[in-house]
Amino acid sequence: MHVELFWWEGCPSHPRALSDLRTVMVELGLDPDKIELQEIETEQDAVRDGFVGSPTIRIDGADVSPVEGEPYGLTCRVYHRRDGRVSPTPDPTDLRDALQAAMTTTSERS
Amino acid sequence: MPAIDEPAPTFALPDTEGALHSPGGAAATVVVFTCNHCPYALAWHERIVDVAHDYAARDVSMLAINPNDAERYPRDSLEAMRERVRGGDFDGVPYLHDGSQAVARAYEAKTTPDVFVLDAAGILRYRGAPDADYEDPSQNATWLRDALDAVLDGRAPERANTEPIGCSIKWKTEN
Repeated sequence: MHVELFWWEGCPSHPRALSDLRTVMVELGLDPDKIELQEIETEQDAVRDGFVGSPTIRIDGADVSPVEGEPYGLTCRVYHRRDGRVSPTPDPTDLRDALQAAMTTTSERS
Repeated sequence: MPAIDEPAPTFALPDTEGALHSPGGAAATVVVFTCNHCPYALAWHERIVDVAHDYAARDVSMLAINPNDAERYPRDSLEAMRERVRGGDFDGVPYLHDGSQAVARAYEAKTTPDVFVLDAAGILRYRGAPDADYEDPSQNATWLRDALDAVLDGRAPERANTEPIGCSIKWKTEN
């Protein structure tokens, strides 16, 4: 399983997102040290990597909270918690669901 | 940044319908830099607007200012600001357009949100975050409320300066 966290320094939310992601991975028996951190530094980086805001977390290339039609660029990303609150980071339950789905897919392939 | 206990910069900025607003003329004025696209500003928004409502009867006014470069961040355009106002998001709080970013520079605003409290004489009495946790609505903008309570009582806020937390101001690149 390939877990990536894309971040931009202009937004202070990536440490929280990384902490949440590491916690959920440990809960699921996954190795949090396998998380690949990718810094997005320029608008060109953002376009190249399809970066719609910081933080963006992808598991095997799939966004844990996919969005349609968002422009690429250096910005903070808006998430919605499951209770409806706006948040700078994904809901940990969404992280858990995405990781579990990827684990299922991986086990079906093997 | 204007220093605590020193005069805050004055200004006249247009709201989304073009009417000019300036700080002053009230027992206290809250100047909050905010925007449309930032999750921190959005997470704290309702709490901040609630302060405006709760303190209106005590002669507190609030001015919300969007300083972001709308060319690079179209969600912060004047039209997008107008849509939020017309949709009721600001519920009576003037939402001002700092198109030149001169006011944000004068205040040395860092983030959205970044909150400043001025007393009746225009002296800066508080600068920082609304409260300690954008994720926790029960915090209820308590740092801002504490500062206003002190100013309205003629006291210096016990906590006059906190670290603003949020998205960086999106400065125009030619500046």
